[in-house]
This record gives sequence, C-alpha cells and structure tokens, in this order.
Amino acid sequence: MFTQLPLTILLLPLLAFILLIFFGKRLPRQGDWLAAGLMTLTLLLSLFLLLFKLNAYPGESISSSFDWVVVGSQTIGFGIMIDNLAAVMLVVVTLVSTLVHYFSMGYMKDDVRYSRYFAYLGLFSFSMLGIVLTNNILLMYVFWELVGISSYLLIGHWYEKKSASNAANKAFIVNRVGDFGMFIGIMILFLSFSTFTFEAIFESISAGQLPFGSEGWLTAAGILIFCGAVGKSAQFPLHVWLPDAMEGPTPVSALIHAATMVAAGVYLVARVFPMLTADALLVIAYIGAITALIAATIAITQFDIKKVLAYSTISQLGYMIMALGVGAYTAGFMHLVTHAAFKAGLFLGAGSVIFGMHAALHKLHDHDTDAQDIRNMGGLKSRMPATYWTFLIFTLAISGIPLTSGFLSKDEILAGTLAFSTLNGHWLLPLIGFLVAGLTAFYMFRLLILTFHGKPVNEKMIEGVTESPKVMTIPLMILAALSLFFFYSFNPFGASSGWFYSAIERPLSMVPELMQPAAYPVFYEAVSSVHSFAMLLSILIAGAGVLMALAVYQWKKVSADDLAKRAGVLYSGSVNKWYFDEIYDTVFVNGSHVIMKMLRWFDENIIDGIVNGSAVITLIFSKVSGWIDTNIVDGLVNGTASTANKAGGLLSHIQTGKVQTYLVYVIFSFLVLFVLFL
Amino acid sequence: MELQFFGIGILTWIVFIPIAGMIIVLLLPDKNRNAIRWTAVIATGIQVILAGVIFAVFDRTKLGINDAESFQFIEKFSWITVEAVPWVGRIEISYFLGIDGLSVLMIILTSLISFIGVISSWSIDKMVKGYYALYLLLVTGMMGVFVALDFFLFFIFWEIMLLPMYFLIGLWGGPRREYAAIKFFLYTFVGGILMLLTMLALYFSVAYTDPATGQSVHTFNILHMMNPANYVDGGLLSGVDTTWRYVAWMALFINFAIKIPLFPFHTWLPDAHVEAPTPISVILAGVLLKLGTYGLLRINFPIFPDGTIYFMYFMAILGMISIIYGAFCAMAQDDFKKLIAYSSISHMGIVVLGIAALNTQGMVGGVLQMFNHGIITAVLFLAVGVLYDRTHKRGLNDFGGIANQMPKYTGLAMIGMFAALGLPGLNGFVSELFSFLGAFEAYKWITIISVTGIIITAGYILWTIQRVFLGKTPEKLNNLTDLTPRELLMFIPLIVLIIFLGIYPSPAIELMNSSLSYLVEVVTNGGF
Repeated sequence: MFTQLPLTILLLPLLAFILLIFFGKRLPRQGDWLAAGLMTLTLLLSLFLLLFKLNAYPGESISSSFDWVVVGSQTIGFGIMIDNLAAVMLVVVTLVSTLVHYFSMGYMKDDVRYSRYFAYLGLFSFSMLGIVLTNNILLMYVFWELVGISSYLLIGHWYEKKSASNAANKAFIVNRVGDFGMFIGIMILFLSFSTFTFEAIFESISAGQLPFGSEGWLTAAGILIFCGAVGKSAQFPLHVWLPDAMEGPTPVSALIHAATMVAAGVYLVARVFPMLTADALLVIAYIGAITALIAATIAITQFDIKKVLAYSTISQLGYMIMALGVGAYTAGFMHLVTHAAFKAGLFLGAGSVIFGMHAALHKLHDHDTDAQDIRNMGGLKSRMPATYWTFLIFTLAISGIPLTSGFLSKDEILAGTLAFSTLNGHWLLPLIGFLVAGLTAFYMFRLLILTFHGKPVNEKMIEGVTESPKVMTIPLMILAALSLFFFYSFNPFGASSGWFYSAIERPLSMVPELMQPAAYPVFYEAVSSVHSFAMLLSILIAGAGVLMALAVYQWKKVSADDLAKRAGVLYSGSVNKWYFDEIYDTVFVNGSHVIMKMLRWFDENIIDGIVNGSAVITLIFSKVSGWIDTNIVDGLVNGTASTANKAGGLLSHIQTGKVQTYLVYVIFSFLVLFVLFL
Repeated sequence: MELQFFGIGILTWIVFIPIAGMIIVLLLPDKNRNAIRWTAVIATGIQVILAGVIFAVFDRTKLGINDAESFQFIEKFSWITVEAVPWVGRIEISYFLGIDGLSVLMIILTSLISFIGVISSWSIDKMVKGYYALYLLLVTGMMGVFVALDFFLFFIFWEIMLLPMYFLIGLWGGPRREYAAIKFFLYTFVGGILMLLTMLALYFSVAYTDPATGQSVHTFNILHMMNPANYVDGGLLSGVDTTWRYVAWMALFINFAIKIPLFPFHTWLPDAHVEAPTPISVILAGVLLKLGTYGLLRINFPIFPDGTIYFMYFMAILGMISIIYGAFCAMAQDDFKKLIAYSSISHMGIVVLGIAALNTQGMVGGVLQMFNHGIITAVLFLAVGVLYDRTHKRGLNDFGGIANQMPKYTGLAMIGMFAALGLPGLNGFVSELFSFLGAFEAYKWITIISVTGIIITAGYILWTIQRVFLGKTPEKLNNLTDLTPRELLMFIPLIVLIIFLGIYPSPAIELMNSSLSYLVEVVTNGGF
C-alpha cells in the first residue's frame, strides 16, 4: 500500500514525459489529453493516499527501502517515505500540477512546441514528487537537481528569445550555488553517519553522535543543507533568479515558480528540522525575514504583473522559512499549502489577463504595447468577470484578510515570531513580519486596482479583451474555493483546532539538549499567550495596507508620484531591486570572466610558452648532438644511423619540416644513452 | 578462470583481432573503401562481443591487483629469455595477460569506443586504407595496455599507440595538424622515456626465485614488483620510503600525468583535439586519457605504495587545480572542441582527486568516472563532429538555433551535455558523487574547493548550449539535416549507457568493487 501506490504516483508523470517526448507530435492534439489525464489520475491516487493515511495510520511514518548500490562494504539504499507531511505535499503538488495542465491547454494553444511543453510538465511533476516521497537526502538531492533542470527547460521554453535562455541559465546556475552548499552538507552527514536516510541520520544524532565530533559542525551541516533551500526557494542572497524566471510561460510560473518547486526549499527544511540546532534555526529565521522584507519592498514599485507576483512569492517564501526558523513548524508548512493555492491562482489569473491582453493587442496589430505592464491595463473587471472575482479572492487571501486561508496561516506565523521574540528577545523578526504583512496588502491591492479597476488607458484595446475559455477559468475557480478557510480549519480565526494542525505536528528535535530550540510545549504556550494580540494587530495592519492602496490608486486621494518623490533613495532602490543584479553582475559574472580570461592567457602563454620554449631548446640541443652525431659517433654506428635516416626519410615524405629529423636524433641519442647506461 | 577459442585465450583474441583486421585492410585494394570499412567494423565488432562475453563471465568476487592467482583469463608464457647475460643474469620477459576488477571496465570501454569510432570514421575519405590500418593498430595498443601484466609488454603496447596516433593526427587532422601531432608525440615521448628508465630500474631491483631451478631471476612481472620481498639487497629501488623510490614514483607519475592530462602537463591535449579528426578525438578523450589514470592505479599505486602515500596530497592538489583550472579555461574557449578538451581536463581531475583519497569510495568513484567520462566525452566529440561535417565550423559563436533545425541531434547532444554537467539521473553524477565523497573523507578543504567546479561547469555547459542550440537560427544554418541512421547508431548506445548507469550503476560498480577495495588495502598496508 505504501510502496506500490506512492511508486505509481511517482512514475505516472514520468510515463507521460516519456510518451510525449517520443510520440507527442504524432498523437491527436499532440497528447495534451494524455498528459492531463495521467496527471489527473495521479491527483486522484494522491488524494486517496492522503485520506487513507490520515484515517488508517494518522501518526506513523512508513518507509520502505531497496538497495541501490554497494560501494566497498557500504550499502546505499534508496526508498520512499510516507508521513503526513509527504501525503499533504503530494496532494498539493498533484493538484496544482493537474490544474496547470488543464489551464495550459488554453493558454499554450497553438504554441510551437506544444507537446514538448506538456512533456516537460510531466518531467517536472515526476521530479517534484520524487522530492516529496524520498526518505533519503541523497535521493532528494537527485530530484532536487532534476526539478532544477525541468525548471531550466521550461523557463527556456521560448528559447528563441535571448532573455528566456539567459533567465534559464541564471536560474540553474544560481541554484547550483545553493546546491553546492547542500552537497557539502550531505557529504558531512554521510561521512559522519555512513547513511543518507533521514531517519538513520536523526537516530545517530539523537544517540549523541556529532559530525567530526563537534557541535559546530552539526550547526554547519544544517546551514549547508539549508543552502539548498536558499537557492531553490529564492531566499536572500540567491533570490535573484526567480524574477527573471518569469520569462517562462505563465502556467509554468504558477506551477514551478510559485506553488511547488520554490516551496521545495521549505519542504526540505521541514524534512531536516529534527537535526537543526537552535543556532542553525536562528540563521534560517533571519534569512527568511530579510528575504520577506527585501522582496516586499521591491514588489511595491514594480509594474510588470508577473514581476510583482514573483517578488511577492519570494516574500511569502521568506515568511515560510522564517516560520520554520522560529519553530512555528506547522504554521510555516501550512502557509506553504495555502500559498500554493492562492499564488498558483494569482499566477493563473495573471495568465488569463495576459492571454486576453495578447489577443486584444493582436487584433489591433499592436506589437509594441507590453501585455504584462499593469500601466497598460485598468478596467478589466467588467471584461473578465470570472478572472476578476477569483483574483480578488486570491488577493484577499495573500493579504491575510479574515475568512481566507491566507489569514489562517499568516496569522499563525506572525504569532509564532512574536512568541519567539518573547522567549529569545529577537524582536526584529516579528517587526519585519508585521511590516511585511502591511506591505503585502498594499502592493497586492495596488496590483488588483491597477489591473482591474479604474479607467482603461486604451479603451479600444480593452474593449477587445474577452474572458478566457472555461478550461482556464475553471481551474481558477477551484483554486479560489481552496483559498477559503474551511478547507483547513472550521474555525476561521484559529488554525490550531483544525485537522491540519493535528495532522502536521512539529517533530522532536534530535540535537543535543543544549543546542535545541525552545521545546514545543514552551513555544506553544508562548504562542497561545500572544495569539489574540497578534491576530488583532495583523488584521489592523493588513486593513491599513488595503486602505492605503485604495487611497492612492482607487480614490486617488494621494498621488503615487508624490509618494515616490518623497521616498527618494528608497524609491529608486526599490525600483532597481536594490541593485542586486548589478552587484552580482559586477562581482561574480565579470569576476569569473576576468578569471577565465586570465587563466586562458596563462595557459596559452605561460604554460604553453614553457612547452614551446623547451621544444626550441631541445631543437638546439638536437642540432648540437646532431653535429656530434655526424662527426663523431657516425663512424661508429654507421649502420644504425643509416637506418634512422631511412626512417627519417619516410617521415619527411609526409611532412617536409625539419622537426622529424630532430625527432629521430632525439630518439637516437636516447638510445645511445641507454647503451652507455647499461 | 580461463576462456579459450581455438586454443587461444580470449584476451589475446581481443587484443589482436584488430591486428588481424589491419592485415586484411592492408591486403585489400585501395579503391575498395567499403570493404576496408566493413573489415574495421567487423574487427571492432568482434571486440565488442568478446568484451560482452568477458562482462558476462567475469567473476566479481576475485581480487586481482597483486595476487596472480585471482587474476582472470590469465595467459602467461615466456616470450624472450636470454640466459646468462653478463652482470645481469637471466633476462626474462613474458607474455603475461590477465584482468581484474580494475581493468575489466576499461576493456569494455575500449572496445565500445573503438567500435563507435569506426562508425563515425565513415565520413573520412582521404587515404582510407592507411587510416583504418593505423586506427586498428591503435586499438590493439590501447587494449594491450589494459591487459598486460608484464611491464615490458605494457611498455611495448604503450609505445605502439604512439605512432598511429601521431600519424592519425598528423595526416588526417586540421590545418595545424603537424604542430599538434609533434606536440603530442614529444609530450608522450618524454613520458615514455621516464617510464622506460623507471622500468629498467625496477627490473634490476626486483628478482624472484624461480621455483624450478632455485635461480634468482630478474623479472618484468608487474605483480612481482608489488611484493616487497622480491626486492634484491642493495637494489636502486629496494627499501621503503627511499629517495630513489620517490624519484621513480615521480618519473612514472609524470608519464601518466601527461596522458591524463593533469595540470600542468596538459597543453598538448587542446591542440591535439582541435586538429584531430572526430573519431580520433573520440578515441583520444574516450580511451587514451584513461590510460594515464589506469597506469597510476596499475603501476604507481601498488608498486610504490610508500610513494603514493607520500605524494597523496600532491596528487589531490593537482586534481583540484585541474578541476577548477580546466573548468575556467573551458569557459574561456570559443572553439567547441577546445571547450570539450578543457572540460576533459577538469573531469579527469575528478578521477585523480577520487583515487588520491586512497579509500574505496574515492577509488570506485574515480574508476567509474574514467568509464563515464569516456562515454560522455565521446558523445560530446561526436556531437561536434556532426556539426562540423555539416557546416565545417567549430566556433561556438558560429552556431545558434540548432534545436529548431536538428531536434533529434539536439536532444541527444543535450543529454551528453547534461551528463557532463553532472546532472543526477545521468552517469556522470554517480561517479562524481563517489569521487567527492571519498575525497571529502581524506581532504576536507581540497574537496570543498574542488566541488565549486560543479558551479563553473554548469556555467560553461549551459552557456555552450545557449550559444549552439538555442536562440534564433541564423540564415546560413537553415538547411541543416537531422541525424542520419548511421549517426544515430553511434549516439544511441552511448546515450543508453549514460541514462542506464545514471539510474542504476550497480552493474558497473559490482565489477570493480572487490578489486578496488583490495587495492586500497594493498596501498594503505604498504604492499603486503
């Protein structure tokens, strides 16, 4: 049950990939029905697995392994593990993937590489499910890189555009930087514990074994593993790849760069949570907080609809990472789940808008207007009602307005950070948390208003916009429904009484006692005591954010330009994304260009120079020895010399250079030396 | 284990079948090109079949390395015996072949790559007869090195490779072929001299007592050289940790490092590759480079365990430099072939780092990386060759948008590229993983610095893919045709191996696990 079923779930998308890559173009409708059908089946199986798991084995973690390879006397096994975390994540991944498959049928219609696109979606889903299902950190790394390559292929789907292939390269290479750290972390763990499986690693740690016998190395291992998450979940300082990744088709952004793959980093931290020391967790919390803040401050000034959403994704991922860091494990993971639904919805909604804009611009033969720039939009509400109303629900959810799923999870995160600061005094974390909540509400309503409300900039064009086909709007509606509270908890003002909280419990820390984070009961008590306050505050701040956005963009009481001018440096910093790209370009890209050119020069002139120089010296030497040869030795070994000359003659038939002759001399003089030596 | 056909051992067959092919080629009329080509196909094809037989019946539990009893398919008889030479006594050179877990994978690699090289040689139409004759001679030389257990025989096979390689580059190569060929020749020649000197020094230092006559006999037997008890009193290389032993280790190491090639002995490789015709590049990168690391493992490690341990950091550091330096230099290239040449330096650096760890993981990773790199780099050179045949260009900036023109080709070439980048699920990852795991146990910081190579590698591989395959197709590339069936035939076996061994490397690792574990033991115990 817990071996065959997960394996089937894992392999069905791979099957879709293989079938489509080989036969896609020959199948009717290029096989989109096959891909979507197999994915739907995967979703149904995952749902069944989740329900079965929660009902029949609620508290257990079931894993099965098989041997992969034996090296020396060590057996390395691979296997799958189903616990509640994995079961929930399975449903999240397969659900979003299925909806994106259907949505893509509309959005990608008439694409040049339609079947290739669906094939890559299958490859991605397979790899992502692998991350979810594995019981083993090495296998996780394997799938980790495989999602990276599928992301690379999908970002670069329109590879004729240089910007698309650049973005694909950037995404992969920046992720490799994070993976480098993760790989070192994995090596440390394997070297210390001789195993890759999570359970065995945790057991060894709880038995008092430490990497290289030092507590510092355990913290280091945790932070290094977390580096993988920094890359994949686009955390500061490796967040720069995600906004560029928006070059990919929008449904891909929804699936990979909003709901699932970027959340894999959060999943990874949740997986290895028991081995993280308090120090490692503190680093994680601060990285998450910094990320959340930086991304939110950038999002408020962007005009590209997908870029705003990309930065908002980074910011929300920062929330999740921060939550895990402070020990609000369930809240962090819950935010992953709720975010997957509403952010996938936002991206698909944006896709629907872009789709409509494209069609309208196409009708007008306008190829210059940017279909993604919200300054060209406005007034789309009446043209695309289904898209608008669902978009509104998603916006409410991400802003943390009560009755939505986002409110539930975000509220728990904020309470968690507040509780953490009452225990440890790190007050910066809740401060950033609440500030970002306000910023989020502001920029999301700014986006909503500029896109859908108000008067259109170009009436004629907007009149050409029509609502997207059902195959695109129905996924939006499903996701909108999933953005409401009752799927996660029947109490709209507290998640902790719902099924989610009882299914996903924070695992016990396995690290030595002195290095553990605050124990769960202590933490829980602190959360309970600040919860009401945190909730009230978060509602107030979110409300203030919404009001600000309405005042500036809807009612135009305050001029946005005035605000921008008054903000001065802050505004230009935000518009320019705090210059991360420029700095990285100067330091790393140009730096490696300088290094590579230097090394090339060194190789061609110094090393090869020595080689060629020594050849010249040999040439001189051989001429001298040749002179000795002809004048002194020749008489002694006449016969041999003439043979050598004949060989030389043969060689010179082919090439007329004198080098052959000297080669023969070199060989010959060595032979003479040997005779003397012996 | 023994296996004979018509009274002749399987190893003799697999080594000398190409010579038989060469003789037939030489007898065939010049004009009958297809007969010549098919002769080569059949000769190397038989090799592949024999390698398959060896793979099937090879005993995975036997150790080999320094134990003559546990070598497999042994063939041994006296070849040159000179009684009573003054000062020296009896000279004995034997025809001694045998394989163990260290060599078996290399034999499979050599036969496979040689066969694919023949298929890709189809497009060569200049002096076909001479080309195939030399090609087959080269194959015999390579195969011979991997099965020889007598140092003299090893040396002869080693030198046999030199000449055909020189001519194959010098006659069938590109515009600067003469420079490249001579450079290749000189480099390897200098190495050969060093090996010859060391071999002689070993010969005079090692003697075993002939059980039949009770006579003390000097020998070229490599296995006898591994036994400290066989060293004569007062011999140049007798004792442990003596200066002369270190010198001898270093002389051999330089010879092998040139072949690998390891920084700073590598500059012959880019030139040779750029000028060599495609099939020769494939052979060169696919098999020839492995002779270097094979030599280290077959000769340096077990004969000089003291030197190996003394110089292990030195090897690891050179491996590290090669990894990083090769990767950066690869990134700086505009020539597709040069880029792959430098990437070979980088990837062979991983082999050296792995084996320098002197533990089983590193050793297994290193030897597997030899095999995997052979396969992957063959794909990459074939890929360049396919483009070169069509456009007569190799510059990375001459291409673009090939993906639209040649989708099948792009798919296969990109799998090769991803394997070179160490993508999990493809074979390169597995061997890099174990090499690094092993190395990390021995050298923490050297390994951490080396692992940064995977970032640089991702950089140059993806940049190459972008420049060659992606983007808009320039007008001049608009009528490219996709792969022909013959070209597909040369890619597919390699691609299948890349994927299969990436997912399930056990069949390859099982072959060598016992032998390499034993080799580690032999080296770390100082030869006992």
